[in-house]
Amino acid sequence: MARIEIDGITKTFGRTPVLRGIDLDVGSGEFLSLVGPSGCGKSTLLRIIAGLTREDRGAIRLAGAGVDHLPARDRDLAMVFQNYALYPHLTVAENIAVPLVMRRLTPAQRLPLVGRRLSGSRAAHAAIAADVARVAETLGIAALANRRPGELSGGQRQRVALGRAMVRRPKAFLMDEPLSNLDAKLRVEMRAEIAALHRRLETTFVYVTHDQAEAMTMSDRIAVMMDGSILQVGTPDEVYADPDDLRVAEFVGSPKINVIAADGPLAVALGLDVARVPDPMGLRLAFRAEAATLVDPTGAALAGPVVHLENFGGDLMVHLAIAAATALVVLRRDPHDPRPRIGETWGLSIRPDRLLAFDAAGQRLRSIVGRAA
Amino acid sequence: MTDMTIASTPAAPIATDRPRRPHEERAAWGLVAPAATLIVVILALPLIVVVALSLTDYQLGAKLWRFVGLANYADLAKDPVFWRSIANTALYAVAVVAGSTGLGLAVALMLQGTGALAPLWRTIFFLPVMASLVAMAIVWEFMLHPTFGLVNAVLGLVGVAPMNWLQNGATALPALAVIGVWQQFGFAMVLFLAGLSGIPTALYDAAEMDGAPSAWARFRLVTWPLLAPVTLFVVVISTIRSFQVFDTVHALTRGGPNKATEVLLYTMYAEGFEFFRTGRAAAIAVVFVAAMLVLTLTKVLVVEKRIPAR
Amino acid sequence: MTRLVLSSRRITVGAVVRNATLLALAVVTLAPFVWMVSTSLKAPDEILTTDLHLWPHRFAADENYSRAFAAVPLGRYLLNGVIVTATILALQLIIAVPAAFALAKSEFRGRRLLFGAVLFGLLVPYHAIAVPLFVGLHALGLLDTYAALVTPFSISVFGIFLMRQFFQSLPDDLVDAARMDGMSELAIVWRVMVPAAGPAISAFAIFSAVAHWNDYFWPLIAVSSDTLFTPPLGVVAFRNDDAGTNYGVLMAAATVIVTPLVAAFLLAQRRFVEGIAFTGVK
Repeated sequence: MARIEIDGITKTFGRTPVLRGIDLDVGSGEFLSLVGPSGCGKSTLLRIIAGLTREDRGAIRLAGAGVDHLPARDRDLAMVFQNYALYPHLTVAENIAVPLVMRRLTPAQRLPLVGRRLSGSRAAHAAIAADVARVAETLGIAALANRRPGELSGGQRQRVALGRAMVRRPKAFLMDEPLSNLDAKLRVEMRAEIAALHRRLETTFVYVTHDQAEAMTMSDRIAVMMDGSILQVGTPDEVYADPDDLRVAEFVGSPKINVIAADGPLAVALGLDVARVPDPMGLRLAFRAEAATLVDPTGAALAGPVVHLENFGGDLMVHLAIAAATALVVLRRDPHDPRPRIGETWGLSIRPDRLLAFDAAGQRLRSIVGRAA
Repeated sequence: MTDMTIASTPAAPIATDRPRRPHEERAAWGLVAPAATLIVVILALPLIVVVALSLTDYQLGAKLWRFVGLANYADLAKDPVFWRSIANTALYAVAVVAGSTGLGLAVALMLQGTGALAPLWRTIFFLPVMASLVAMAIVWEFMLHPTFGLVNAVLGLVGVAPMNWLQNGATALPALAVIGVWQQFGFAMVLFLAGLSGIPTALYDAAEMDGAPSAWARFRLVTWPLLAPVTLFVVVISTIRSFQVFDTVHALTRGGPNKATEVLLYTMYAEGFEFFRTGRAAAIAVVFVAAMLVLTLTKVLVVEKRIPAR
Repeated sequence: MTRLVLSSRRITVGAVVRNATLLALAVVTLAPFVWMVSTSLKAPDEILTTDLHLWPHRFAADENYSRAFAAVPLGRYLLNGVIVTATILALQLIIAVPAAFALAKSEFRGRRLLFGAVLFGLLVPYHAIAVPLFVGLHALGLLDTYAALVTPFSISVFGIFLMRQFFQSLPDDLVDAARMDGMSELAIVWRVMVPAAGPAISAFAIFSAVAHWNDYFWPLIAVSSDTLFTPPLGVVAFRNDDAGTNYGVLMAAATVIVTPLVAAFLLAQRRFVEGIAFTGVK
């Protein structure tokens, strides 16, 4: 269980910069997700922490000690790969045992038939078998011990990969999109299991994913990455409700946050203290689907026709075409309330404390949201 | 109304593509007729004939001949030259298979991580496979010349006495084996390269994370097991090809000196086309086929069964 | 607190050892080729000497190569090689491709039997049936003719097998659409399947050309007149006739024999290697 300190990590592949000076601290025992779109550099960062890829500049410290000069096998970390990377010729039990076999047995003891007969070897092998059995039991795969990966389902392979990572009790777990190859239903199940595993093991988890829902539901903190930089690090609540950057606001949350271009009069009408804005041009306002309600269109600052309705059963998503927004504005409504009809024009009322303001560069302006008019 | 419908339904057949089938079948027969005929005439018939011939004492062009049952086989069993031939062939095969497979694997492994130069190396090592074996054998013969040969000259630089490689009973077969390895290892290399490229790199990452302490440990944990099907394939193919050695023996040593390089196909050739003892040659051919069948069936059964499920 | 880490282009001891070993192996692998060409450029006095050198002091290429083409009828041998190899390949394709198509995409009685025969044929090397083939050709008076060189190889079960595997991987819809369009089965083979089978056909062509250009055993048995000699036979015949004094000419002849395939290989390397690996891995 260890703290991970990432200092100024930079990495360029050929001419393409992949990581641009990443600074990040992962607390001991914390579950931190690295989330971002494909190509943002999150997997590369994970591999650098693991020691599988060498950084160009910067430093990594584990439990306070620098590890940059250490190869991956000496860093005492475990990794769960996207495609599990299970050894196809070994059984489940043998797969899980590999980290222990590599570390606890001497080369002589590792020899196929002869190794077990050597003195001291029997005890070592027995201890390994016991640890493997314990882990298999915990993950519910004890019955699969003698099967090979080719005979297992995706979810089972996942667990074997977890078992192989867990058996050694490493300082931290690194996970590279472990759920992306599972079907949707299984993914939801495994999310809960992994979160439970984290609570149980009390070890640091660094979890890479492109799925913001996974990051939101499982993490203590989320680091949102784009284009080789970290845009924001915070708890799920912070990242969701208090984003630093418009890109973070748009990436996190489903449905996507609503964004409108706010010119002067509109901004004032919505209760903003425009005087505080350094450059009113390009001011953008964002609000979540659940932050707005439908009101009488007459006199409303924002209004438009209903274009589409999505009935989820427990939620009704109303899509409106609003002049100030380039995309359809989505609003969440209780299905038991009177339902709007397509074509009807409605006004929007947004809770002022939930209105997020961003400047032309996408940076958050926190001081300009005034009181409701 | 119901009576009429009942009466009218039973006779009408359901329209399927059945009418098309006979036409398609005839067309298909037309397509396979040449091949099928030739398979019978050029493969099946001769196979039967060779077994039949092996039971006779036929000599090419002879008017009188008769069936002698298994006499040819009995003769062969008593013939020391035949047994020498089998022993030489087996020794040659072992040497060439071990050499070319080992060398091919070693080179394929060394080519991992040579980046842009890899195609160049690959071309160089594959060249002997492409070149006419007989022509190159003659070049090797010249290189192995006791007085003017390159090999003795180079060995002389490190103080090794010159030898008459192809005329010396002890070195003739090994010399042929070296030529055999030289000619074949490129083929093994190409197959191993293909096999290595099929190993997912994530497995090496996993091995690294799992603490594999050295390149050798990684080889034993990931490379060797995942190459197993290819290795088996290479060994069997190599064995089959080695058993068919003939060109170098006929061109360079004619089975000598003193039967030191007498190999199975050469013996068959000599019996059948130098002494024209067709019946005996046929018997040797049957033995040869039997050996080949065993080897190829091994490949089919063992190799296919042993591929681990991914 | 940053540390500048040298990128992955560090020169390690391992890399040096590896490249040195590869270089040494390359030298040994290429030695016969280099020596062959080098000798073909030398005069007899420079060859029959214990003082070895690579580059000839006096250029004798002219004499050696012109003698090779004159006294050894090298041109004739090359021509025979081309005729035989090309004829065999053409026959093999004409016979095997339609059969492979039928095996892959048609239903007919005897299909399984035929495919079984093909598989069995793969197990049997041609050397085994050389004796009866020889006897048969002798009885027909066809020995010592081009027909003798070509006929036994006109059927290639390997070709049938390879093409069938490939055709099977092509979608059935393609064939059904052609049938619905009214194409005859033969037309489908040549107009639809063959154009789609480029890689497989070139792989097989390479395999066949290399095998038959370099074949020694069967031509040795089948022909005895030197006008019919294929390149391998030609080279050995010359060595037998004139060995001892004319290594330069002999090496020149060997160079000429070896060059066509080597040149083709160097020009189309990837195709060759892929072809051989493709046919090897099945």
